[in-house]
Amino acid sequence: MNNPYRPYPVKISKTLVETEDKQLKSFWLDFLEPADAQAFQYTPGQFAELSVAGYGEIPIGIASSPTEGDTLLFTVNKVGVVSNRLHQMNQGDVMGVRGPLGNSYPLKEMEGKNVVIVAGGFAVTTLRSTVTWLLHPDHRSKYGDITFIYGARTPGLLLYEDQWREWQKRDDINCAVTIDREAEGWDGLVGFVPSVCEEVAPKPDNAVALICGPPVMIRFTQPVFDKLGWQSEQIIMSLENRMKCGIGICGRCNVGPEYVCKDGPVFSKAQLDALPAEY
Amino acid sequence: MSDKILKKDQAASFLAELAQKRDLHAPALAGGRLVWAPLEPGQEPLWQFNNTALSPKEFFFPQTECMMRFTNAQDHEEGMVMHSEPELARERALVNMRPCDAKAFGVLDLIFCQDEMTDDPYWRDKREKSLIIALACNDPCPTCFCTSMNCGPHSEAGADVLLIDLGDKLLAKGVSDQGEAAIAALPAATDDDLAAAAEAKQMAEAAIITTVEMDQINERGLMELYEAGHWDRTQESCLNCGTCTFCCPTCHCFDIQDETQGPAGRRVRNWDYCMSYLFTLHGSGHNPRGSKKDRVRQRFMHKFKYIPVKRGGEIGCVGCGRCVQLCPVNIDVREVVRDMNA
Amino acid sequence: MDNQAIAQGIREAAQRLLAEGLVDCVLGYEAGTVPMRERPFFAYTPEEALRLTWSGFCCNNLANFLIRRPQGETGKVAVVAQGCVSRNIVGLIKEHQLSREQVHVIGVASPGMLDRDKVQAAVGADKVISAAHEEGDELLVEGPGWQERLERKKVMRDNCYTCVQRNPVIHNELIGEESEPTHGGVIDKVAAPWEKLDPSERLAAFGENYQDCIRCYACRDACPLCYCHVCFVDEAKPQWCGKTQDEADVLTYHLLRAFHCAGRCTDCGACESACPQGIKVRRLTGKIEKDVREFYGYAPGLDEESVPPLSVHKPDDPQGFIK
Repeated sequence: MNNPYRPYPVKISKTLVETEDKQLKSFWLDFLEPADAQAFQYTPGQFAELSVAGYGEIPIGIASSPTEGDTLLFTVNKVGVVSNRLHQMNQGDVMGVRGPLGNSYPLKEMEGKNVVIVAGGFAVTTLRSTVTWLLHPDHRSKYGDITFIYGARTPGLLLYEDQWREWQKRDDINCAVTIDREAEGWDGLVGFVPSVCEEVAPKPDNAVALICGPPVMIRFTQPVFDKLGWQSEQIIMSLENRMKCGIGICGRCNVGPEYVCKDGPVFSKAQLDALPAEY
Repeated sequence: MSDKILKKDQAASFLAELAQKRDLHAPALAGGRLVWAPLEPGQEPLWQFNNTALSPKEFFFPQTECMMRFTNAQDHEEGMVMHSEPELARERALVNMRPCDAKAFGVLDLIFCQDEMTDDPYWRDKREKSLIIALACNDPCPTCFCTSMNCGPHSEAGADVLLIDLGDKLLAKGVSDQGEAAIAALPAATDDDLAAAAEAKQMAEAAIITTVEMDQINERGLMELYEAGHWDRTQESCLNCGTCTFCCPTCHCFDIQDETQGPAGRRVRNWDYCMSYLFTLHGSGHNPRGSKKDRVRQRFMHKFKYIPVKRGGEIGCVGCGRCVQLCPVNIDVREVVRDMNA
Repeated sequence: MDNQAIAQGIREAAQRLLAEGLVDCVLGYEAGTVPMRERPFFAYTPEEALRLTWSGFCCNNLANFLIRRPQGETGKVAVVAQGCVSRNIVGLIKEHQLSREQVHVIGVASPGMLDRDKVQAAVGADKVISAAHEEGDELLVEGPGWQERLERKKVMRDNCYTCVQRNPVIHNELIGEESEPTHGGVIDKVAAPWEKLDPSERLAAFGENYQDCIRCYACRDACPLCYCHVCFVDEAKPQWCGKTQDEADVLTYHLLRAFHCAGRCTDCGACESACPQGIKVRRLTGKIEKDVREFYGYAPGLDEESVPPLSVHKPDDPQGFIK
């Protein structure tokens, strides 16, 4: 019998402390069994349970894109028992991955449209996956203009610097990376994500926005998009709730009748408006 | 066609036959409490009893269940490889299950086994290896309200065989293929037997003294129900303990924990409950259901709105009345449904 | 005074307090929806106060709700309190969870509360009970087509036999008369079963006592001593206690909880009344309270002045039991 609770064994092939506060660490994972890599077919927006025997599991968004090969990338915030243990683990260590889980960004429905991606802090993970996927030569031509707005408090808290620096050099994506306040050595944008959104002023016509970030960023970004004339159907968000099973049974991640782990984590704002705000 | 007759004085030998390839369990009295216990081959089960204090969900969804084992050696490749637990070794027959409990497992099948991805192997294995012989209720308790919950004292859903007590004999109805096979060798019921069974059913249904309506709950939008004023009162005396969820045949929330001791480790799942503050607490400290009201509302909304919306009208309650009897502060689900439906 | 008269007295007091705006809410009991289970009731208006009742099945400890009020509700509350409940209110005041001014105590002498499990066992586990009324020293139990009279004192809760304080130790008003101080049981005997056993037998006896525990934590949640925001048993960082049904985890929970109640437990029996599995939870707390009485000469909540011995250190604290 197929067992959705059994993690695939993977080896950590590389790690990187991503932020100056050392709270975020990235892990590149390779499957031990080629068949498992084959079975793990994912789409940007999905997540997986990272499984550390003896400690437990945590749901983490997949930051890599399937267009990058079989290696998976996860960036983990150090908050709980499992993530603290993970932060002590190194290249060569073996752990487990269970997934892919949840739905994904509506990449198919987004075809032919302009795409605006807004990310704050470490919520950028699955959006890194999405941008990488969209920019891939097989996909880029199916979409209109792509705008990527990403902010963090300080330069040292921005993730994936190599990637977004590269994106900034390209002419097929408008990449605006900002920090909250002036900082030494920073020559990029300064200002909160909502004000940068106001400046960039993405047009709602034939467009979709993917917005992920801390609640305070969402709270102040929302009115900006409203003012620009965006409808809640056009705004796509990704939720995080405490999870265990990851497959829609164990009962804790639900928002109304919808399970974040199975029916989400990706919801349109229109969907969320009709549900209790239990996230 | 498939309705048979089992004489009570032949029940023990009928069950002994089943016991050749199955472990038998049935409700029994232990220390003045009604519990599920192994039934020895040749032993006659109880025919007269109220609901067991706890539901028999433990047979398919044990309160603590080892999901897999691992070697606690993290520097070694083998150390992180999980080995699933072996499957249930011997098939079993659950004898004289109440129809409401059997119905509950039919509802839970829809949750544990939703589709290809969400197909819980631990649940499925035990379900497939269990024969459920339900015993229709002829004397429902005052707390029973099954007839309001897509169920009833003679409900067949979820059972393989339904027995109906006709005095010194039982009418045996084959409900599933497995159930029909189990009773194939019994003599056929007569028209008189069928008429007696129909009368027993009618009387049992009439003996259900409390009913609740669901029409408004079904009709109203979920935010209207969610924001209703009664929740402040509903939750007032709730202790946020797990009694209602743990005795409930349809509550199915669980937690997954890793445990290690020396070189051995295991991943276990334990019953969990939505009344617990920790159930939804984020690592950041944020809690989407941070207040008692949020948690109490979740339990009832889940049963009476979320599950019906998600599972084609099935209700997350079968009206067994256990929570009514056991809640330490007597929060009565029937009153809550009436408030939701008001 | 019979139950009806006391109930009437409670209703009148509650109506007056609410009508005069002296309290925001009166915490009392109302009739439950099933026999033998009166339930906590929060009366906010004089009309609601008419729902208040009184009987031998008022088994919840209402002091519990004084510390579990909705956020933001800080106004004065009146609470119906028997002896043990009043002792818990004193305990909460001593532990700075509550101030005396915040609570108006409507005192009622306890007649010794009744144990619904004992009633059910007395009439037979398979019988459906549809009503139970107290008539003097008797309990009239009724079901479909039958009636049975039980002696009240034979179906009392265990803790009510050994109660040493049936009358409220503090009250703003008293409904009915004071009653005899005890029911004649000897409280030290609760601990006796453990004391006869050697350590390995004790472990086995613990296991047996708690074998039916389903870890719903009703005992903890019904207890006015358990007000930690995060209980040790729920704590995840570090995790003190396993979450399984294994005996070690179950016993860890019960033993640690009992120790957290040491020198604080008033033997109100709310834990046993709440337990859906009929577990004798008091056996452990009873032993610990006996030790506290013997070592420190202290029983919790009997007065407002004395200092709880386990919350202070004195150089001459007895320590002979530390081995």
